[in-house]
Amino acid sequence: MTTAISADGIRKRYGDVQAVDGVSLTVETGEFFGLLGPNGAGKTTTLEILEGIREADEGRIELLGLAPWPRNPKLLPRIGVQFQASAFFDKLTARETIRTFASFYGVGARRADAWLDRVGLTDSAAVRTDKMSGGQAQRLSIACALVHDPELVFLDEPTTGLDPQARRNLWDLLRDINAEGRTVVLTTHYLDEAELLCDRVAVMDHGKVLQTGAPAALVRELDDTVRISVESGLIPIETARELLTAAGAEIAALEDNGVLLSLSTRAPAPVLSVLAEQGALRGLEVRGATLEDVFLHLTGREYRA
Amino acid sequence: MSAVEKERASAFVGLSRVMLLTFLRDRTALFFTLLMPLMFLVLFGFLFKGATSPHLKIAQVGPVAVLDSATGEGRVSIDKALTITQVPDEQTALTKVKKGDYDALIEQGPGGQVIVRYSASDTVKVGGVTGVLNGLVQQANQAATHQDPAYTMVAGQVEDQSLKPIQYLTPGLLGWAIATGAIFGASLSLVNWRKKRILRRLRLAPVSIGAIVGSRILVTCVVALVQTAIFLAVATTPAFGLKLTGNWPLVLPLVLCATLAFMSIGLVTGAIAKTEEAANGINQVIILPMSFLSGAFFPLDNSPQWLQQLSKIFPLHYLVTSAQTVLSRGGGLMDVLPQMGGLLAFAAVLGLIAWRIFDWEDA
Repeated sequence: MTTAISADGIRKRYGDVQAVDGVSLTVETGEFFGLLGPNGAGKTTTLEILEGIREADEGRIELLGLAPWPRNPKLLPRIGVQFQASAFFDKLTARETIRTFASFYGVGARRADAWLDRVGLTDSAAVRTDKMSGGQAQRLSIACALVHDPELVFLDEPTTGLDPQARRNLWDLLRDINAEGRTVVLTTHYLDEAELLCDRVAVMDHGKVLQTGAPAALVRELDDTVRISVESGLIPIETARELLTAAGAEIAALEDNGVLLSLSTRAPAPVLSVLAEQGALRGLEVRGATLEDVFLHLTGREYRA
Repeated sequence: MSAVEKERASAFVGLSRVMLLTFLRDRTALFFTLLMPLMFLVLFGFLFKGATSPHLKIAQVGPVAVLDSATGEGRVSIDKALTITQVPDEQTALTKVKKGDYDALIEQGPGGQVIVRYSASDTVKVGGVTGVLNGLVQQANQAATHQDPAYTMVAGQVEDQSLKPIQYLTPGLLGWAIATGAIFGASLSLVNWRKKRILRRLRLAPVSIGAIVGSRILVTCVVALVQTAIFLAVATTPAFGLKLTGNWPLVLPLVLCATLAFMSIGLVTGAIAKTEEAANGINQVIILPMSFLSGAFFPLDNSPQWLQQLSKIFPLHYLVTSAQTVLSRGGGLMDVLPQMGGLLAFAAVLGLIAWRIFDWEDA
């Protein structure tokens, strides 16, 4: 496998703020890579430096073996960038928009229209971009980023503001794009999305990469407790405590809030067998740690504006 | 064509198409660059038309032999200068002259007398009325003697150096329209594209800056030429009566040079302004004084010397005066070549400044 992105020790300072503070990343060809982090973590700046929009103060970057800064016309046709805010021309229809973007790469109208079809916008081809729904606009902007068949694609929060159907629809598209052999770099606030789509993720905060790895591996490393809950009233809370202690299950946070009887444990097996013996499994829910727990564990819970 | 050249041409065509479509679909832009200047031309053209050809309004009471007997050529010359209305009685006619509804009343007096009564408020008109009627009476007298006149007047026109309203309105309003179109077009598209991150998108595509600037120049020039064509077409209709002199096609290269100069202003304001609102304000602050001081709306011949000097810093001044020269004053290439050179130099200097302060990004 060859390397699609290799960044080593990149730093960028804006005035007093060290936006990126020594980020090193490697993304292999064909990988689906997620860049995660709370607002202000330095994701956007890192992405902009990788794309070649901004110059890093320090560090070495190579995309597909080429330096992205200064603007490199040899590299540009091989990468595709989709923006957070849809960068569309005023007063153009979807078809005119994608054909215009295609023209920048010398790509003909037929191939542009094929992309419109691929993202399911053929029926909306004559709709002006400002009249399109959020999902349609996002799909168009992804199509515009892909119209020249790039090897490496950057997607910046592609599913923000979409309804659940549109999100799932877009996930299928993103998976297909990756399955065709393209390297995809994604930033997102939705950790379920990253967990589902990404081969590997990097969690960033304060301009640094805190951890990198496959989502499942990160979750496993977290060694978190499992949360178990059943319907309230199936078994008295005192009885439950006695039985579970007798069975040798180490439990915490046992409570009955009138709706659910819930508890946390690191050993779910004895807990579940006790509950099963008592016939108290109605409404059973077992939740393990998710990427979200990893994220919160790494970046803390305090609110960021 | 090589693949690279093909790609360049494709981007150039694509960008030009986008800019043209955006312009054509932007009703506000269409209104301000095409319709409003044309409305001003129609409005001012008709308003000022009456002011320069004072038609005298005469109330005629009863039959008047010298007027009624005039036929053929004599009649035509009377109708050119006078609008004659029959008024039934002297008293009514007199009241109307006093009120200024008519410039004079005319009636048959006893014997061969022709009685003319006028209000003395407008001496120019008084002179006109008495002059025309006196001429008629003299002609009638001379005709009555059946002798050839001893003295005749031969009138000949000289090249008119003073401009009729349509002759300064057309270049003036056209210049204003072109300046508005080119400055706003360049400036707003730059700000809008930067704000909407289209510039960033272009920067991430293998599009050369030459293709971006070149397509903008092409579209702005096409718009300016369309404005010129429409203006000249309207102004030369009989209703406005603009007569073009032999070298009028010189206005086309002149318009192109001026368009580049205006565009360079727009590129500078577009590079400075961060929002469309700011760009709008800055552009207006430039265009309004420039238009007034360049004689776009009225001639500056009677304005103070310092004002006329001040107007010479604006490119619009050179477009307006040079366009007058080639459209109405019979000027040739040599009369406007220096101005064209100056406009191009202006465009080059401001273009360079725009280049230096240009930024792809907001911050």
